[in-house]
Amino acid sequence: MTKSAAELEFSHQAEKQSLAGRIQVALHKYPTLSPALVLIISLGVFWFLNPNFKDPFNLSLVLQQVAVVGSIAIGQTIIILTAGIDLSCGAIAIFASMVMAKLAFENHVPVALSFIIGLAVGTGAGAFNGFLVTKVKLPPFIVTLGTFNVFTAFTLLFAKGRTVRDTEVDPFLLTLGKVIHIGAFNVTYGVLVMIAMYLILAYALRYTAWGRHVYATGDDIEAARLAGIQTNRVLMSVYLVAGFIFAMTAWIIIGRVNAASPNSGQDLNLDSITAVVIGGTSLFGGRGRIIGSLIGAVIVGVFRDGLTLAGLDPYYQTLAVGILIISAVTIDQWIRKARK
Amino acid sequence: MSAQPILQAINLEKAYGNVIALNGSSLELFPGEVLAVVGDNGAGKSTLIKCLSGAEVPDTGEIFLEGNQVHFAKPQDGRGAGVETVYQSLAVAPALDIAANLYLGRELRRPGLVGKVFRTLDNSAMKAASKNHIADLGISTIQNISQAVETLSGGQRQAVAVARASAFSSKVIILDEPTAALGVRESNQVLKMIERLRDRGLPVILISHNMPQVFEVADRIQIQRLGKRAAVVTPKTHDMNQVVAIMTGALTVDEKDQTFKPVR
Repeated sequence: MTKSAAELEFSHQAEKQSLAGRIQVALHKYPTLSPALVLIISLGVFWFLNPNFKDPFNLSLVLQQVAVVGSIAIGQTIIILTAGIDLSCGAIAIFASMVMAKLAFENHVPVALSFIIGLAVGTGAGAFNGFLVTKVKLPPFIVTLGTFNVFTAFTLLFAKGRTVRDTEVDPFLLTLGKVIHIGAFNVTYGVLVMIAMYLILAYALRYTAWGRHVYATGDDIEAARLAGIQTNRVLMSVYLVAGFIFAMTAWIIIGRVNAASPNSGQDLNLDSITAVVIGGTSLFGGRGRIIGSLIGAVIVGVFRDGLTLAGLDPYYQTLAVGILIISAVTIDQWIRKARK
Repeated sequence: MSAQPILQAINLEKAYGNVIALNGSSLELFPGEVLAVVGDNGAGKSTLIKCLSGAEVPDTGEIFLEGNQVHFAKPQDGRGAGVETVYQSLAVAPALDIAANLYLGRELRRPGLVGKVFRTLDNSAMKAASKNHIADLGISTIQNISQAVETLSGGQRQAVAVARASAFSSKVIILDEPTAALGVRESNQVLKMIERLRDRGLPVILISHNMPQVFEVADRIQIQRLGKRAAVVTPKTHDMNQVVAIMTGALTVDEKDQTFKPVR
């Protein structure tokens, strides 16, 4: 008899749900819904404001501009999913790019080897972050604030402040800057590598036990531990994978700017966090979809490009990004309230 | 009636620095019974069950599972041997759905190459099995197995935690204050679930502060006092006041008046 009473209560709750309530539940279930809507609406608005916006050349340009931040955002997303944050991501990428370019140019290391060393340096830097988070048990924010400075210093010391210029960079390292034509669109290999990384990580997060453990660890680390998940190993693996992704991004960066400069990429950490947050991933961990971060990065790219074409002062771009971030976090808070 | 305990602890001792949590405590759990463990704060209830589940390692003493001595160094060891524990703190991951929670930490992979090479999860198999486990426990209010756990009430969440434990525990299930965070109606659901577990032949150790609940479901009641087993009684031989008196030390019970044998 208790069964029917409980069921009655259930159906009662369903009836009471208002439109706002139903939207809240839908967003809760599909966290990429709101960034996807924002992207579609902004595409439509900018299309309407300036006919040049929809030009395939322009849209290709947006994608190319997004490749670097979009790639960094992959590593940033998996770290944020564990309720962490990485301020050192850009520093790791720049460090790896300097290692790749300088070893090949100045130290005459075979380019394949210097590339692999660069990947190893990035992965090792991620592992160092992971070590400090899991073994020394420091908060990720503090760890990566520290290593952001450490890796930046390493980069400057290693490069002696000198850029490896376009004529000096080994051609192999410039591969990802090359353009291929897909229909009317000009896409760089860097964009394709970014999309491939998104697909691989989206699969790993959704269809493997590792992915599920990443979500569980970020959601409630104590519950995950009691369920038998070795949360320290999960965290370590996340920082390691993220380091590898940042090092892969180093390759994209060299192709994009045709050089390896120790002074670039200072804003990559905040830009990648922006993409992740606009993409609907919760900064509190355990909630979000990695594809959302790609959408988030593209939204920022679209806004910057569209506002430029609309002839507005560039300062408005920064204003728009700020408003987007605050809106995204407001929606996240509202969605999180939906659970009770 | 077999007098062979399924789980037996002999003279467990455990000290945290100068604090002696367990001072030679024993316990026997027989097949198909609900054994309640009660005691005042600091009586050693939690430490006792932590030793049984593997969350703590006793300093001295022996633990036998089905007559064979076991040494659990971590919770996974206990779980691997068939001893499952449900913790007080509603240990579920709120954003994951019910099926994902049931299989958290022991996910199933697709059979064949897909599972081996790409390590793909077998979501449909996990969902189907979860549905059965939930139905087995008679939790009819949970309608959708892909519902996020955070959308459930406290009682339903606890039901998910119990379902997870019972789905995988082949031998013993330990419930640590399963109703502490719940309301009256939800507590009753959990008590019903405990009875259903026992009816399926799974022995249950229930740690609780709530005397009426203990008297409702327990076959035998072990009373801990000052890190020792003060007495083992049954709801038939003793009443609540006597049990509380034993807990506080106001009453002692002769060995011959205690119940060390299964009553079922």
